[in-house]
Amino acid sequence: MDKAIRKNILKKYSLNIVLLLLGFILIQSLIVTGVLNSYAKQMIILVFINMILTLSLNMATGFLGELCLGHAGFMAIGAYTAAIFTKNMPMLPPGLAFFIGILLGMIMSGVFGFLIGVPAFRLEGDYLAIITLAFGQIISIFIRSLPFTGGALGLSGIKRMTNFPWVYGAFVFTLVFIICLMFSGHGRAILSVREDSIAASSSGVNVVKYKVITFVFSAMLAGLAGALYAHFQGNLVPTKFDYNYSIDIMVMVVFGGMGSMTGSILAAIILTLVPALLQGLAQYRMLLYALMLILMMIFRPDGVFGRKELTYDWIRQTYRKIRGRWKEDA
Amino acid sequence: MYFVVQLLNGLQLGAIYALIALGYTMVYGVIKLINFAHGDLMMMAAYFALIAMAKGAHPLLALAISIIMTTVLGVLIERIAYKPLRKSSRLSALITAIGVSLLLQNVAMLIWGSGAKTYPNLQASLPSFNIGHNTISSLSIITVVLAVLVMIGLYFFVEKSKVGTAMRAVSEDMEAAELMGINVNHTISATFAIGSALAALAAFLLCAAYPQVTPYIGAMPGIKAFIAAVIGGIGIVPGAMVGGFILGIIEALTKGFIPSQYSALSDAVVFAILIVVLLIKPSGIFGKVQGEKV
Repeated sequence: MDKAIRKNILKKYSLNIVLLLLGFILIQSLIVTGVLNSYAKQMIILVFINMILTLSLNMATGFLGELCLGHAGFMAIGAYTAAIFTKNMPMLPPGLAFFIGILLGMIMSGVFGFLIGVPAFRLEGDYLAIITLAFGQIISIFIRSLPFTGGALGLSGIKRMTNFPWVYGAFVFTLVFIICLMFSGHGRAILSVREDSIAASSSGVNVVKYKVITFVFSAMLAGLAGALYAHFQGNLVPTKFDYNYSIDIMVMVVFGGMGSMTGSILAAIILTLVPALLQGLAQYRMLLYALMLILMMIFRPDGVFGRKELTYDWIRQTYRKIRGRWKEDA
Repeated sequence: MYFVVQLLNGLQLGAIYALIALGYTMVYGVIKLINFAHGDLMMMAAYFALIAMAKGAHPLLALAISIIMTTVLGVLIERIAYKPLRKSSRLSALITAIGVSLLLQNVAMLIWGSGAKTYPNLQASLPSFNIGHNTISSLSIITVVLAVLVMIGLYFFVEKSKVGTAMRAVSEDMEAAELMGINVNHTISATFAIGSALAALAAFLLCAAYPQVTPYIGAMPGIKAFIAAVIGGIGIVPGAMVGGFILGIIEALTKGFIPSQYSALSDAVVFAILIVVLLIKPSGIFGKVQGEKV
């Protein structure tokens, strides 16, 4: 990237940078001063973990246009890898061990993403959906039967390292990473694959390579969320990472709008908090999600927020549009 | 002898997978959609038959009722959920299919509860015979023979009948078929109807062998049947049959010969086979490599 473009990005996202800083200061000061109780603090961390997950799935589903039904599986790999590492490395300082654990979890998820992506993307069609669906089912069987993952009882005694600054840092990293990727030439190549893979490959874009790369990145970010989750919860059970959790994440992506980062963030906030507040509806939750998926696809396939992003430019344009309409009326 | 018994078990399981796989492969062949709800449709069929039998119907009558109700349900799903999306992106259609699958599971859970319901023991009324120390139920043989007969019938239906020809035409090129005077909507409905009826038959045979019904019984057989369809070459009727039998035999043999505490890993073997097939011959055993159309 040359300087002009970089400056352009900074200007384009100036509002978002300010919002990110303000958000951190606001929430952190609420936590430090003790205004938020421990339940609220937990919910906030969970919301941020779900945001990272939704953003990562949005890469595969929104930007690449491929359906992944085993995202919880990648999360599980990241979670277990990181947790097993930090549990076996008590001699390292906890912060450092946690950091290395996160990196290892991401790498491991990425490796699995690669192993799945290569056969799935070799031919045109929706094979990724079926392979990831099977993968999501099988990873929990493996976790239950392998000797070092704690079996069906789960893995407990993980140091609770995940606090607000950690999840916030990871969230900002995810956001910046995706923006930088999607703004680069590689990002345009990824979008071109989504729009028309034949046209993309005739223009010299290596379609399979870009599909695999994007999918690996998506898996790695899911691993990041998993590692954070493991050290937030303190214990891991294989049933947590089942098919329904993958569907939860997908519902967030679809609800927010495939390809919209703002939408993903807002959807993760809404769809994490609302079910937690409405416990009475718990048994109807999946039913409602199912209806939502069907109705959204028929009536509003772009999601609630479509492909819009909350940026300074968008606000300025919308403001002008509204003002223009006012003038016409007058 | 143990090997022969396992082989027969595999053939029985394979016949059931093949029947489900046919539904996947026909729908995929015609509208290029992985109908994720197909396994759950099979689950609904199992409940329909169960209710009919609980009301005192003869098993064969229950099977007929289940086939009719499942067929109606399958066609309705296509009309309501999939038809509006025929022109939109594949991703939207896939997500809708996931939604329908979830919907069926959760509706079944609300109506019939998430606990397992026991199926009447149909095997007891059938004769069984012994080979060495092992007992073989004639249900296995009936299942295999029935499945093969149905598939031969289906093959000739698709190849020779007017509706079958229309299906192949729509599969080839939907718009051109429409221009040739083929009623695309009817053809797609017919495809879903046949697939659903086969799923109902598969559900009946599955529950006769493993007499338990839960809202989740469709999920795993659904995935495996789809894998079977991919192994045989998706969109090809004999391919689904061969793929189903291969998968059933492999699963029965791995379950029969690996230590029982790892028996859950036989699912992983199936998954590994899918990856190997996609790496070596992505178009499946019977598939032809097709160039992309621009």
